[in-house]
Amino acid sequence: MLGKTAGCLYWMFRFLERSENTARLIEAGFRIALTRSNDTTSDWKSVVTTAGVRRGYDTVYDSYTAEHVVDYLLRDTSNPSSVMSSVSSARTNARMVRTALTTEVWEAVNENWMAMKDALKAPVPDTELPTLLGEIRRHSALVRGALHGTMLRNDIYDFAQIGTCLERADNTARIIDVKYYTLLPSASFVGSPLDNVQWETVLRSVSAHRSFRWLSEGDMTSSGIAEFLILDKRFPRSLYFTSGVIEENLSYLAKDYGERLACHDLIDAQLTKLRNHTIGSIFDEGLHQFISAFIRDNNSIGAQIEQDYRFNG
Amino acid sequence: MTRVEVSQNWGKLNVMEEKQTHFDEMLSAPDDVREPYRTYKSWFSNQDPSRLKTKSKEAEAFFRRTGITFNVYGQEAAQERLIPFDLIPRIIANREWTKLSRGIEQRVRAINMFLHDIYHRQEILRAGVVPVELIANNDAFLPQMMGLTPPGNVYTHIVGTDIVRTGEDDFYVLEDNARTPSGVSYMLENRETMLQMFPELFSQNRVKPVSDYPKNLRRSLSACAPVNCGSKCTVAILTPGIHNSAYFEHSFLADQMGVELVEGHDLRVVDGHIAMRTTQGYRRIDVLYRRVDDDYLDPLNFKPESMLGVPGIMDVYRAGNITIANAPGTGIADDKAIYSYIPDIIEFYTGEKAILKNVETFRCGEPETLRYVLDNLADLVVKEVHGSGGYGMLVGPAASRKEIDDFANKLRANPSNYIAQPTLSLSTVPIFVKKGLAPRHVDLRPFVLVSPSGIDITPGGLTRVALQEGSLVVNSSQGGGTKDTWVLEE
Repeated sequence: MLGKTAGCLYWMFRFLERSENTARLIEAGFRIALTRSNDTTSDWKSVVTTAGVRRGYDTVYDSYTAEHVVDYLLRDTSNPSSVMSSVSSARTNARMVRTALTTEVWEAVNENWMAMKDALKAPVPDTELPTLLGEIRRHSALVRGALHGTMLRNDIYDFAQIGTCLERADNTARIIDVKYYTLLPSASFVGSPLDNVQWETVLRSVSAHRSFRWLSEGDMTSSGIAEFLILDKRFPRSLYFTSGVIEENLSYLAKDYGERLACHDLIDAQLTKLRNHTIGSIFDEGLHQFISAFIRDNNSIGAQIEQDYRFNG
Repeated sequence: MTRVEVSQNWGKLNVMEEKQTHFDEMLSAPDDVREPYRTYKSWFSNQDPSRLKTKSKEAEAFFRRTGITFNVYGQEAAQERLIPFDLIPRIIANREWTKLSRGIEQRVRAINMFLHDIYHRQEILRAGVVPVELIANNDAFLPQMMGLTPPGNVYTHIVGTDIVRTGEDDFYVLEDNARTPSGVSYMLENRETMLQMFPELFSQNRVKPVSDYPKNLRRSLSACAPVNCGSKCTVAILTPGIHNSAYFEHSFLADQMGVELVEGHDLRVVDGHIAMRTTQGYRRIDVLYRRVDDDYLDPLNFKPESMLGVPGIMDVYRAGNITIANAPGTGIADDKAIYSYIPDIIEFYTGEKAILKNVETFRCGEPETLRYVLDNLADLVVKEVHGSGGYGMLVGPAASRKEIDDFANKLRANPSNYIAQPTLSLSTVPIFVKKGLAPRHVDLRPFVLVSPSGIDITPGGLTRVALQEGSLVVNSSQGGGTKDTWVLEE
């Protein structure tokens, strides 16, 4: 496989994942805005921060309103992480590696792009927002379904999976990072209505509010939520789970190509670290520090993969 | 009731008028269907037009979903456009095709002999058949190719000969397209679409298949591999990238042939060979089907600023370690100024008369000819010698007074940059419109594969059709469409 092809596959799936995550962040933010009558500036600000586009946003707008934030995250093509930009980038990468994709996957990506170009050509009114956000997630699911249902389990699939899970791990980690203060155990606030809303937001932004309730049997605690997002072995967006998928696919590559590379050591170290921690020891170390380190290491793994598999020469 | 009849008669009259000037390939007279179209026409007459309309819409949705688009230069907004597909096939009888393919084969063979000669002993120049200055002052002539024999002595591995028809037995070659002709993906997709939409047509008509093209292309290219290539020959397609107007075709062919689609930055010279960067290091390539122009192929040997090519590929080529298809420098054979000499070229190398006719061509570089052309601009088609895609040409009969005057100035400023041809009365094939059938002008581009083991021409080719009534310009970049093209079995 061409190094460029591997790179395009990796980025194609990173961007697809990003479009879905951004939609979910907007959804969670929108929900807070609906359920609260008072000022929502700080909530929208944290949505922008979590999406990792603060700097870009601040150059365009000087206040955090629902209208501006939603538009910037959904439609603004000057924002490389907006849903429209991500979906376009995913398709551009897909066009470059069309020979590596099944017709089903290509068509799903292309249809996603056509649907978004149409849906996002004008600002989206609040009333249309829930439907649209659902559409975004549905399209992303269609691509993933086509990937799982039609693609050979070879290096093409491995790079697709690695891209998806690196982006997903980064996204979950950033959500925790921005909201970590709401997750810190603090006796006085536990169970207060404010906390509940914040926790709900965190869970909603990773589509886990229902599964968490099932797993925790209604017992919502901040450390329970943090443990779920970081260490859970079943939740497909937890840091542990996503890192596990990356490790798994990297080891398939090592087996296929008969060569272990630097990136394999990095992902092993990352997983080992997660395995050796409990939520208690993470809080002891400092949740914020732990997450910051994770984000940094996750990025280095991505950079190392790019280099080891010659994405750019 | 009466009214309907009147309007039908009026429609027929219209067709009659049209008939007087153009040869229609389906209807030799309003009620007289030409032989190859008989089975099709009787099927068509039994179809519900609204069903056909739905089918036509379906085809468009299919093309858009699968991303069969092309990019148009100079059109920012519509970066990717669909080539309109017309669902009425263009049908060629077996005996017509036999003659056409013999003529094309003769022409392509002569062109390869001409190229070998031009880049070696230049006998044809010494014999005075082709003037020396036409070669010496020509940008398409590559001095770097002098004395170099490509692997297998094949210069034009892929040719797309543009052919027009003016009458029952009158076929003309319009252009030879010996560089990197495009359009073959549309030929393949058009057939695929027809098979899906109207499978019954293919059991009623015995149509020669085209679907072997990718397989044949790969085999033909592999047969031209360098001699030192091992038992397993690696082929790759070199594309300028996703912004190129024919990118869809590049990726389509790579996919259909099962070969890698590479860009310049994926390649480099490793141990005297061209190699592509894979996830496991560099891997050797033996045959490169390049869809990048000569000028951009090698920044060390041609345009230094090119980002699309591979530095040093010409040196690898000279050492005989890579096959480049088509060979650099083939443009000297499909140049519009050389075109007028092709009948002489055929006779010079094969000793035969050209089977296919050339369109009478005026070389504006000659002062007396220029005067004639300027006096008759309104009746002529004037083209740039190096132009393609229908850009920068004048269609006299369709142009306004002002357009003609403006063009005359351009022509006077640089006469040798232009050739002129009489406007041919191109044949028409009906397209499907709201009212039923309407005649539109067509051309034909059959695709030819050349290897040491022979010349292979896919039966049919790409039919391009001018969708505007009366228009003679069929180029997709100028609003033309395409049709599936059938060659019937005997």
